[in-house]
Amino acid sequence: MELNIKMLCDICGKNPATVHLTEIIDEQMNELHLCEDCARNKSAAMEQQFGLSDLLAGMADFEKPSSKEEEVVTVKCPSCGLTYADFKKIGRLGCGDCYNTFRKYLAPLLKRIHGSNQHIGKNPAKIKTSARVYKKKSGLPELKNQLQKAISEEAFEEAARLRDQIKELEAKQEKES
Amino acid sequence: MQINDLINHTSEWLKGTGPNSDVVISSRIRLARNLNKFPFPHWASKPQLNAVLDKTSQAMEKVDALKSSTLFVLASLDSIDKQLLVERHLMSIEHTQKTEQKAVLINDEENISVMINEEDHLRIQLMQSGFNLFEAWEIINGIDDALAKLLDYAYLDDFGYLTACPTNTGTGMRGSVMLHLPALVMSRQIERVLAAIAKLSFTTRGLYGEGTQASGNFFQISNQVSLGHSENEIIENINGLIRQIIEQETQAREIMLAKSKEILEDRVGRSLGILKSARIITSQETIELLSMVRLGSDLGMIKDIDRRTINELFIITQPAHLQKLENVKLSSDQRDLKRAELIRKKLNLL
Repeated sequence: MELNIKMLCDICGKNPATVHLTEIIDEQMNELHLCEDCARNKSAAMEQQFGLSDLLAGMADFEKPSSKEEEVVTVKCPSCGLTYADFKKIGRLGCGDCYNTFRKYLAPLLKRIHGSNQHIGKNPAKIKTSARVYKKKSGLPELKNQLQKAISEEAFEEAARLRDQIKELEAKQEKES
Repeated sequence: MQINDLINHTSEWLKGTGPNSDVVISSRIRLARNLNKFPFPHWASKPQLNAVLDKTSQAMEKVDALKSSTLFVLASLDSIDKQLLVERHLMSIEHTQKTEQKAVLINDEENISVMINEEDHLRIQLMQSGFNLFEAWEIINGIDDALAKLLDYAYLDDFGYLTACPTNTGTGMRGSVMLHLPALVMSRQIERVLAAIAKLSFTTRGLYGEGTQASGNFFQISNQVSLGHSENEIIENINGLIRQIIEQETQAREIMLAKSKEILEDRVGRSLGILKSARIITSQETIELLSMVRLGSDLGMIKDIDRRTINELFIITQPAHLQKLENVKLSSDQRDLKRAELIRKKLNLL
């Protein structure tokens, strides 16, 4: 490598290669000889990072229904006093009630961010309902959790056992109700 | 527990145990939770923040899993103490700023921490060694259930848990896995891997979370989407991605071992040599060299230094840890001297 002084860049083919990389693609090891410019471009690709929350203010703009521009600016959360204009500026909501106040603007925004605006995860109200009732039902979600875990660990025998247990329990619950 | 007790304790995330711990350093889950009827911290008044601090800390006292833990009020900690907690991944850099009415609860095992009045009223975090997100979820889910019985969370059926920033709405959950990917970096495949991760709506960060650069071949990968999927689905999605990255890193290590073992041994040996002999060393260089030593240890090239020792060096060579150990405030230049001395002592004793 040292002797080959006039080696040219593998990408542009013009400038002398001063950066030497080893690349492994599909188990093939390739030597890559690049000029400084091309090497910099190659590594710049991975350095592009944006803080998502910083972009929010900009994103919120897209959700503004154009015909109701006035209303958007003046709508104020009755609980905490934050306006939608405030949210656009700081990228943070003021309190939980803001989600209801700005629902029609937030629903499309959440969909943009998450690809959905419908929560399907855990629910604190269900945890609060009388412990006894909850305990009776808790077998199923717990088993489903275990099933997920077994699948993720590729413990397929355990997964099959759990799947049958869940089926059994579900059938039983259906009968009862 | 006092801040000073932490220094002689091995952080959970640095134990070097758990599944796939040759590639995966730690698995972390955090939940963002807010109280109903209270403005989010950035929009709240001092009395409101104090009320949140009181309500949440009283509730946490009643939770069994948090029984043996300590509440640190941020305003009463000096800057080295605060930095020490950041270095140990027990709280965010953001939490060290504007510290009035902020607190952090840390359990004795140091795997659970709860930040109060950070971006959200509560940021509950659980950290496990190795590739272990489901186990982390089971524990944190139990803590969250217990707290939900004592606190009135801000929640809507359709939007889920309500958070200050809409990027966390829904489950309020962020799962992160800290990976050590030296072979993918050295073989220049990492850009391709990171580009693929970004396309799948996951984020990559450095050792110390948001806004930090990846260093010493460490990458923290986490989900971006928190709404529209159940907690289990989110974890399963991260796990699927992480399994692929582990496979690629392992494969890259095998190829390097097969095709360029001498080059690899040379780099590992040189890294260890510098660490054993340097008189002045920055924390950045330390991380980079320790990364190579860790790889050498994982590949069996270095036999007399175990992972725990390497991991311990990662943490005690950080600026706040060094100053705590020396018990004096040190300038950056003084730290570089002390750091080199400490590393020489630890490695040459072996």
